[in-house]
Amino acid sequence: MNTGQKREIIKVEDIKRDYVVGEEVVHALRGVSFTIYEGEFVTIMGTSGSGKSTLLNVIGCLDTPTAGEYYLDGISVRKMGKNERATLRNRKIGFIFQSYNLLAKTTAVENVELPLMYNPTISAKERHSRAIKALTDVGLGDRLNHKSNQMSGGQQQRVAIARALVNEPVIILADEATGNLDTRTSFEILTLMQKLHQEEHRTIIFVTHNPELAHFSSRNIVISDGRIKSDTYNDEIKLAREVLETLPKEEA
Amino acid sequence: MNIVNLFKIALRALNGNKFRGFLTMLGIIIGVAAVIAMLAIGQGSKKSIQDQISTMGSNMINVRPGTGQFGGVRQSSSSMQTLKLEDYEAIESQGEYISAATPEVSSSGQVIFGANNAPTTVYGVNPSYLDIRKYTVSEGSMFTEADVKASTKVCVIGQTVVENLFTNGEDPIGQTIRFNKIPMKVIGILTSKGDNTMGMDQDDLVLAPYTTVQKRILAITYIHSIAVSAISEGATEDAIASIEEILRQRHKIGIGQEDDFNVRSQKELISMMSSTTDMMTVLLACIAGISLFVGGIGIMNIMYVSVTERTREIGLRMSIGAKGVDILMQFLIEAILLSVTGGIIGVILGISSAYVVKNVLMWPIDIQPYTIFLSFAVCSATGIFFGWYPAKKASDLDPIEALRYE
Repeated sequence: MNTGQKREIIKVEDIKRDYVVGEEVVHALRGVSFTIYEGEFVTIMGTSGSGKSTLLNVIGCLDTPTAGEYYLDGISVRKMGKNERATLRNRKIGFIFQSYNLLAKTTAVENVELPLMYNPTISAKERHSRAIKALTDVGLGDRLNHKSNQMSGGQQQRVAIARALVNEPVIILADEATGNLDTRTSFEILTLMQKLHQEEHRTIIFVTHNPELAHFSSRNIVISDGRIKSDTYNDEIKLAREVLETLPKEEA
Repeated sequence: MNIVNLFKIALRALNGNKFRGFLTMLGIIIGVAAVIAMLAIGQGSKKSIQDQISTMGSNMINVRPGTGQFGGVRQSSSSMQTLKLEDYEAIESQGEYISAATPEVSSSGQVIFGANNAPTTVYGVNPSYLDIRKYTVSEGSMFTEADVKASTKVCVIGQTVVENLFTNGEDPIGQTIRFNKIPMKVIGILTSKGDNTMGMDQDDLVLAPYTTVQKRILAITYIHSIAVSAISEGATEDAIASIEEILRQRHKIGIGQEDDFNVRSQKELISMMSSTTDMMTVLLACIAGISLFVGGIGIMNIMYVSVTERTREIGLRMSIGAKGVDILMQFLIEAILLSVTGGIIGVILGISSAYVVKNVLMWPIDIQPYTIFLSFAVCSATGIFFGWYPAKKASDLDPIEALRYE
């Protein structure tokens, strides 16, 4: 795959992350290097304790590495303070969580508006129209004013995806985004992610412990014991939409 | 971070928990309402006492003979004969800051008209008495200086005397009443003033020229007291000093010697009465203040629980770009909004309950604007003070830990 001309979105160089737990030092990451280019759909896999969560936290600018360099869209993150990283997350990253993390008793639009509330450069009007557009893009154009507790798990995760898209991030970080959903809904969400990747050329990192999902991404990185075990490109991307069609239709 | 957005965020967060928000506010509502209602009642009773005293003439000064010793026996001031008519004349002509003065002689006894009689007091005064004591004549007229000079047997009577004597609805004007066998013609009736602060009926009196009372009723040459009015309430102190100087000179009292007279103003009475109601007001305000404080602790309690309960929400907000200060401000604004909204409702409730007290219990109330501002300021400060710690706790959370919180 020719990636030479493409923009480097994520560039990690020999990243190490140590934790001190009591007297012991835990090496969660022991030197990880890779570069993710614009338009890639990368799955990061690993068992629990492999260090994939730590890696996700570092990539998501929630944590800083003990050693090594990390560039997000060409910006060095390692020496940034808390507030700078908060602003960086706000402008460059869209998070999707396993448990959706929507605000309770809050409408879809208000949930999606949330990241833009922390961006003073965006007016209330623009915020509202962008939230509506993002919700329409994920297929919830008719559920704008539904409250989060009035929606199904799949719908809630769509709202969360819309929230991750609304700030036009350079990277979408999904952490076990289908972990709480049944098979059919999982594939619906996966179909949406593939659509974002293929039609809108979004850069997506999907962290999961489910090896099956590797068939649906363009690249798969496996983490084990704080190191990269394998980093492979997938030339035969399976389409979640096709799998969805083979699944028995459930009563809606 | 945009402050408008922060307000929106806080409002949306509160909107999601209306009932809990209301419960939190309840403490503040009750606290503020209690402060306002209590102060209104306290101030009201103080004001009504002051008003009553000022109907007796707030700039009035009384000069009485002092208690002196007579052959080793200390005498009561009313039996002293040291105050002379010349003293009154000297005060009237030489006294500074004085607008009017009258000598006073009085005698208690039965007043008789036809078959009716009633106990009352006859005051011998001059026409200035009306101005000094804040009386007005409702029917007929006051006697004049000429009546005083001639010791005319005329009188002006109070409403209670009218009611006691003229039971058949006769017109009192022109009738002759008898006091200690002395007949006096009624030439005027005083407007009713009601009871004074001490519960004394201010309408139970007969006014007559002091010369008449001195010569015809009491057969004395001295006077019982002198009533003076200062040119204003503020000039009372200066007027007292001037009167004291004149009297010390006239009575030949040297430096260091005890006065043989007493000069008193209504001010002393006002301050004495006020101190009682002031103490009551302070007491009420303290109780109300404690309830406001408890309301503040309620806010802190709820905000603290709220931070723990919303840990994941805080983690999410941080992960999508909220800085520590944004979280701090959000929770602080939530606390302030709760306490200020509670304060507004409390002000309305406090004022309404004060009016309920006024209309149902018929207690006097007085709502001072400063009490509203004060309780409002206190509850805003309460919001900041009690909201700060939970807000700080929220802003110090680590986003990774917070997102993982179950």
